[in-house]
Amino acid sequence: MAMLEINDIHVYYGAIHAIKGISLTVEEGEIVTLIGANGAGKSTTLRTISGLLTPKEGSIKFLGEDIAGKPAQDIVKLGISQVPEGRRIFANMTVMENLELGAYTRTDSDGIESDFQMVFERFPRLLERRDQAAGTLSGGEQQMLAMGRALMSRPKLLLLDEPSMGLAPLLIREIFNIIEDINKSGTTVLLVEQNANMALRTASRAYVLETGRITISGDAKELAASEEIRKAYLGG
Amino acid sequence: MDFATLFVQQLINGVSLGSIYALIALGYTMIYGIIKLINFAHGDIYMVGAYVGFFAITMMRTSVFPALIISMIITGILGILVERFAYKPLRHAPRLSVLITAIGMSFFLEYGMMYFVSPTPRTFPAAFESSGISLGSFVVNGQQLLIFAITIILMALLTYIVQKTKIGKAMRAVSFDTETAQLMGIDANRVISVTFALGSALAAAAGVLVGIYYNSIDPLMGMMPGIKAFVAAVLGGIGSLPGAMTGGIILGVIEALVSGFISSTFRDAAAFAILILVLLFKPSGLFGTDTQEKV
Repeated sequence: MAMLEINDIHVYYGAIHAIKGISLTVEEGEIVTLIGANGAGKSTTLRTISGLLTPKEGSIKFLGEDIAGKPAQDIVKLGISQVPEGRRIFANMTVMENLELGAYTRTDSDGIESDFQMVFERFPRLLERRDQAAGTLSGGEQQMLAMGRALMSRPKLLLLDEPSMGLAPLLIREIFNIIEDINKSGTTVLLVEQNANMALRTASRAYVLETGRITISGDAKELAASEEIRKAYLGG
Repeated sequence: MDFATLFVQQLINGVSLGSIYALIALGYTMIYGIIKLINFAHGDIYMVGAYVGFFAITMMRTSVFPALIISMIITGILGILVERFAYKPLRHAPRLSVLITAIGMSFFLEYGMMYFVSPTPRTFPAAFESSGISLGSFVVNGQQLLIFAITIILMALLTYIVQKTKIGKAMRAVSFDTETAQLMGIDANRVISVTFALGSALAAAAGVLVGIYYNSIDPLMGMMPGIKAFVAAVLGGIGSLPGAMTGGIILGVIEALVSGFISSTFRDAAAFAILILVLLFKPSGLFGTDTQEKV
């Protein structure tokens, strides 16, 4: 059984048919990426998995349970956590408070305490700035905070929406290394990216999304080598 | 009375009136912060709070403090119900629809109360007897002392809840970015309910204190203080808790000084002149953040 199994979902924004029948699976332990142009429906797919949007048709199964239409807080409790596009940190709160909010659904204070340590080990710069307002962090640090915050719920499946957005190339590499690291320590990852190059290098499998439909899917390395993908997404 | 004596005495009166405005303004600003709604029924929530306190003292024969707590609890529940039945169904409706609903809710509470408790003003029992203190030629009467003490306690309590507790952090998160707060696993609806409960309880406390201070309550008593507290919230910066606290006190002091030195007829005019000046020169208020956001 796949960890996440999306079967033919249709999602609307008012009258706009944004997702026109997407099916995809994520197996436990994988990094799967969803690539595609701006407006293809990548973020909408993640927002639907997280419960911020409800599909009009189709099913989303997580560990065998249908989660389509469940409220967002229940989905977090089941073990899906999202790093949203544009990071969306709570800028007026401290780094520490942001991390505490990441652990909002948990009540095991010892576990939370040790996970703070885990996050600070992974992102030492957050430790230096723990009492600083999150809005004063640099873009890279904000991305790290958003990822640390998402890890604080101890997710089984981590959804990452455009983690490389607006970052310098060196930082992008660092972020992707961290993503691989997080995956190696046991968290399954579904990664949405416009930076197809980095995404295909990191993921094991990939889906290509075009205007609300999946057009190509397969092994990430094979896709990276395919003529069609190179032309459309990897700049020749 | 010479100038200095009158000035200080009016300052004392102003701070006690301002404390009432501040308690009501806190609810306005919290509710605005969390669902971006100017809850025009908030002044009427304060009126209901005064009546609950009145009935607690006259019918249940409680003293002031139990009456205050009973009123805060019952009115807090009323706040939750108002939100649940009037505003929640409009969560995704245009903001104007919700605003109109708030005005409708205001009339509903005013005329609903008239039906149940009659439009005749009631004399609030003199439940709090205290001689007060005189400092030289100034007098701080017992009711004023009570208002100061209760206001400070409630503000400290609210600040603690919002800054330190889990639900307070969730409130700040929802008010900053509701959707991302939901991604943290925060149940936004529950947080909104808690916000209405807290805001309404503070207004209820103000209602009971006003009953004790002015001895008279009626179903339309919430109209003017409701609008004044709205001015106070805008003056302080809508959405800001310290803003609502200081905005309320400043407004009360200005009104008292205008009453003392010019004429009490100009008191209300002064309040609205402040609103116009704030909107002209610093629409974000004293503590408000500018709306430009870093992208």
